[in-house]
Amino acid sequence: MEHYISLLVKAIFVENMALAFFLGMCTFLAISKKVQTAIGLGIAVIVVLTITVPVNNLIYNYLLKDGALAWAGMPDVDLSFLGLISYIGVIAAMVQVLEMFLDKYVPALYNALGVFLPLITVNCAILGAALFMVERDYNFGESVVYGAGAGVGWALAIATLAGIREKLRYSDVPHGLRGLGITFITVGLMSLGFMSFSGVQL
Amino acid sequence: MSKTNEVVLTPIFKNNPIALQILGVCSALAVTSSMSVTVVMCLALTSVTAFSNLFISSIRNHVPGNIRIIVQMTIIASLVIVVDQVLKAFAYEISKQLSVFVGLIITNCIVMGRAEAFAMKNPPGISFLDGIGNGLGYSVVLLSVGFVRELFGSGKLFGFEILPLVTDGGWYYSNGLLLLPPSAFFLIGIFIWILRTAYPDQVEKPEFEMAPNTKKEAA
Repeated sequence: MEHYISLLVKAIFVENMALAFFLGMCTFLAISKKVQTAIGLGIAVIVVLTITVPVNNLIYNYLLKDGALAWAGMPDVDLSFLGLISYIGVIAAMVQVLEMFLDKYVPALYNALGVFLPLITVNCAILGAALFMVERDYNFGESVVYGAGAGVGWALAIATLAGIREKLRYSDVPHGLRGLGITFITVGLMSLGFMSFSGVQL
Repeated sequence: MSKTNEVVLTPIFKNNPIALQILGVCSALAVTSSMSVTVVMCLALTSVTAFSNLFISSIRNHVPGNIRIIVQMTIIASLVIVVDQVLKAFAYEISKQLSVFVGLIITNCIVMGRAEAFAMKNPPGISFLDGIGNGLGYSVVLLSVGFVRELFGSGKLFGFEILPLVTDGGWYYSNGLLLLPPSAFFLIGIFIWILRTAYPDQVEKPEFEMAPNTKKEAA
């Protein structure tokens, strides 16, 4: 149990997807002007990550890994080079299924998430989490925890940035830095702040 | 001929994919702490963008509109797999350092963005050049960030010593911050600042304009 808690805390703070690995930056910078939309997108990312990382974990362990096809009587087959294309396929399909499911059964959430759901397919944080999961050889339980933690960390970062940017609107920024430039500097400072977590040993 | 030049050259400064279109920022930040890794990443991205534009553009008239995203994804993912395998075969050390970021070219918005915005509407030849141009625009930002980070962060370029470090008996105190992730944000922020000072039409409109000072008598 302790192992899982420390993995969760590590995924949220120490190895924050957005601020330590710079994943999902495009959406992170583009959709952080308002706190409300940022939180909507954050929730969508949490949901999608919690589902896709474990699913990709199963696919990797039972279909793609070297010798994973032993249950099908083919112990010599190594399909790991197909990894990238299967993960992105799973992510795209999952997002599509999730969209239809929410549309049918939870229309309130569906309307709240709006256009963000399909956008999530091309969010590098989702694919990045799947690739990190493979690289670090997580088992199924760990991958569930890691997916959720990575999602929460990303959502936390985007909500915070949106809060800062809302305040920043009223400040007099040098012309060339307006908009994108000052956002980069802000994210750099936030990232410095998050680095103080990196000494935390669990 | 002038069209060709325009397609290749405008994305480098005038319409830079990173600085102006906010595309493909993720990898720009993570892989720039040493020049050799940066160069490999730039080559990988430029070739993927160019070839994905070429292939997507050559089948653009045969793909039904509503499944085009999946078709594009498949083409891009296959190209990235090829690049990944080539890197593993010929530059294993560097591919280790790039770790997941080669795979992340799939979700790099530059590739998708150019496929959707340019390759779906233009013939293959010019799309190929557009891919190269945008890859170069990306490379310019990456290489300048990588140059500053490696030179001042560890006193080296491509692994060769340029500024002898104090720890090795030289005179240069290395700036450790530049090797850490946040420095990349500051450097790109400054790059954007310089670029927008040179091309003032890229400056974003402020949401609020400060009212001019009014004197007491006038009010």
